Amino acid sequence: MTELHQTAVNKPQLTLRFKIDEKDFLIAGESASKTKKALQQLGLKQEIVKNIAIIVYEAAMNIVIHATHGKIKIIIVPDKVIVLSEDVGEGIPDIELAMKEGYSTAPHEVREMGFGAGMGLPNIKQCSNELDIKTTVGSGTTLTATIYLNPADTKQVETGAMYV
Amino acid sequence: MTLREVQDILNAEVICGEHLLDREVNTAFACDLISEMLSSASSDTLLITSLTNPHVIHTAEVMDAIGVVFVGGKKPSEDIINDLDHGNIPLLSTPLPIFNTCGLLFSNGIEGCMRGKAQ
Repeated sequence: MTELHQTAVNKPQLTLRFKIDEKDFLIAGESASKTKKALQQLGLKQEIVKNIAIIVYEAAMNIVIHATHGKIKIIIVPDKVIVLSEDVGEGIPDIELAMKEGYSTAPHEVREMGFGAGMGLPNIKQCSNELDIKTTVGSGTTLTATIYLNPADTKQVETGAMYV
Repeated sequence: MTLREVQDILNAEVICGEHLLDREVNTAFACDLISEMLSSASSDTLLITSLTNPHVIHTAEVMDAIGVVFVGGKKPSEDIINDLDHGNIPLLSTPLPIFNTCGLLFSNGIEGCMRGKAQ
């Protein structure tokens, strides 16, 4: 489920991948926990690690609730972290409305679990420096959240193998 | 105050994390919505909730919670407790309802927390 590799030596890049299936509610929290552990091993600051884990949690939960299936990739390069979420699903008919805190189309049983509060996309926006959403109704959604890192946040990224 | 004092005040049962009860608690956040926990609760806060599903424990991990207090005598099932990697999060269960839990902790000096905002 989790794949981690380090590519070209002169351009360090670590990638975490998670496959997310419809109605697999546990995978969302697990993806976030694993992301957090991996980023902690890289030595990133606690607040940044938490923000990225929150983005992964919310993006994964959006796929679980609203899409048929999807995948999340977390790409770590020296100056930024990119969370890329791609799903096959119903898409978002009105992004502006979906970005509004409290607006939710989640079904009742999802809300009973404590999800579907209408805070997912607003939370992702709050935790990222840049957020781009491309969606096609009836086809799916691609979300790209970027978090920029200061040199002090990334001093250990270029070294260290890690396992999650 | 420490988590152990929280346990005393709330007459709470320790579900797991007995060895972590010396942790200092300054702020708490009470909520039954996962997204709200993620967006509003700061690190190092005590989470008070009536949700007992595995998602709450994952959320507590992601938000770096000091611990979780389940109210109304609720407890996660044995399966959840055994399956999850919750080693760093002490879990407590109090028979008190959520309002009484918050009131007691607040009157004993625990403050409410808002992420990024000093209260």
